[in-house]
Amino acid sequence: MTTAEQVLDSPLGLQGNAPAHHAPRQKTPQTVALRPPAPTGIWPTGLLAAAAWVALGLLTLLWPNKEVGFNDWAFTREFGIATLVVAALLFAISLLGHRAGKLARTLRPAGQWLVALAVVLALWEIGTAKLGVLPSPFFAPPQSLIDVVHEDWQRLGLSTAYSLRLLANGFVLGALIGFVTGVSIGWSRIAGYWVHPLLRFLGPVPASALLPLAFFFAPSSYSAAVFLVGLATFFPVAVLTWSGVASVHKSYYDVARTLGASERFLVLRVAIPAALPQVFVGLFMGLGASFSVLITAEMMGVKAGLGWYLQWAQGWAAYANMYAALFVMAALCSGLITLLFKVRDRVLSWQKGTVKW
Amino acid sequence: MVNAVLPSPPAPTQTTGGAHIDIRGVSHWFEVSGGVLQVLDGVDLQVRPGEFVALLGPSGCGKSTLLRLVAGLEPATAGTITQNGEAITRPDPSRIVVFQDPTLYPWRSVWDNVALGLQARGVLKEQRARVDEALKLVGLTEFAKAFPHHLSGGMAQRVALARALVNARQLPVLDEPLVKLDSLTRIAMQSELVNLWQRAGFSALLVTHDVEEALFLANRVIVLSDRPARIAAELVVDLPYPRHRGDPRLAELRHEALKHLGLDATW
Repeated sequence: MTTAEQVLDSPLGLQGNAPAHHAPRQKTPQTVALRPPAPTGIWPTGLLAAAAWVALGLLTLLWPNKEVGFNDWAFTREFGIATLVVAALLFAISLLGHRAGKLARTLRPAGQWLVALAVVLALWEIGTAKLGVLPSPFFAPPQSLIDVVHEDWQRLGLSTAYSLRLLANGFVLGALIGFVTGVSIGWSRIAGYWVHPLLRFLGPVPASALLPLAFFFAPSSYSAAVFLVGLATFFPVAVLTWSGVASVHKSYYDVARTLGASERFLVLRVAIPAALPQVFVGLFMGLGASFSVLITAEMMGVKAGLGWYLQWAQGWAAYANMYAALFVMAALCSGLITLLFKVRDRVLSWQKGTVKW
Repeated sequence: MVNAVLPSPPAPTQTTGGAHIDIRGVSHWFEVSGGVLQVLDGVDLQVRPGEFVALLGPSGCGKSTLLRLVAGLEPATAGTITQNGEAITRPDPSRIVVFQDPTLYPWRSVWDNVALGLQARGVLKEQRARVDEALKLVGLTEFAKAFPHHLSGGMAQRVALARALVNARQLPVLDEPLVKLDSLTRIAMQSELVNLWQRAGFSALLVTHDVEEALFLANRVIVLSDRPARIAAELVVDLPYPRHRGDPRLAELRHEALKHLGLDATW
């Protein structure tokens, strides 16, 4: 009741900043909750997070690891010290409040995540190194990832670089060809007549199904993988670009034509900009598909890259290495998706506030 | 809105730079599933340089089709349409269509939307000032950097008008440009349109199904029949500008127009 009244009362729905004469009259908890936390003073969630990280550190350092028949997990001490350092930093930032500057402002919204992260790491640590509830070669404690990075960073880094190179080549090629194909079948009737049925029939075939064929025909397994990654990107980009171009409202063309626009202008300045939001949906889908094909291709034939590393680690029962590679992969894929979104936000800045996905 | 207080030139029309449009015996058919549909039937019409002509008719009678033919977006099935003696075969920037919807490009700022015509013809670099001038004419200078989704319906329509006016102003072809606006904005925009027309001295061809709007704006109102459209009557509005909505002569003409449209009983 009171909330509804408050909402109706406050002009323009600005409950948080209700004018002074409204403020003393009533202030329901909901209204207060809507107000963004003031960025001043001590940061309570930060203190809680610092405490959680201290607990994680102490747990790691003071609770001896369970004997598992071979020598002790390396880097247990380093892991413990690192968590204590994180805790100290969080503590300092929390106490400094707004004086901690930009770093504090970026961390603040993630406060609850920082607590949760410490809790999850602690559970992981207890389940593996401390109690050994999770069976040992298949599950490795967090500190073993440090071990992997320390021992195997060269191979892991090289694999990541190979994967990135393959992905970049395949994705860029596939996206470019897909875009051009999409625009031409959306624009030209002849291109549509010939290419569209092919796209409809061959496009949905999973690119990884063509793997044996590609390895057979292509001069090298690398070029075969580039081709397949490109193919996986090509299909969604082509289809969505085509649909974007084809669904441009006819009146957009009428306007441009009455203003003296040439065919070239209609394609470059009307059809393509109007289709761009759809193109980005295609790029997003293509990027997702290309990850999957990339890893499959690397597992099947290419003797490098993160997919190969996973396969290799599994062959040696080096499960910690596998987890490390999976972490790198997650960081890589989500980083690339984020990058794509940033590019989209920049290119389609005119959409700001009108579209959300 | 601003223009309501602007002094208007006393001369009723100017005859500089306007296009001369000659429509002779134009008939038009559309192919529809299962046959053809005739929308225009032997239309003869002249627009003299600097004249403001309104086409009035029931909705769906084919008046917008006639406009598309004049704009050059489609060729007429029969008959000829010429501009200053030359046959109209395709769209030309001297005849600018303002559609019912403003049809602004959402990915372009207001300024870039207005600049569209100049850019399409590759003369934007030399003529940037015309864009500013056109924006000033419709009173949207401060919104040059805004994107279309930030504009109200009336503002968007004014941008569309500016986009038309930035080009060679021989003949704006107006396809119910005000129909989607609220009635108050519409009244204000009608006055603005008269002002623009008087200042710029172009010929104008307006399609509308609003009797009052046609009579308030035009020198001549052509009443079209039901589909297929023929010219049912021609009303000469012999009143000086700016006109007044309460003028008894306008009421008289309105009665007459409604009579031609078969809506006499509502008077």
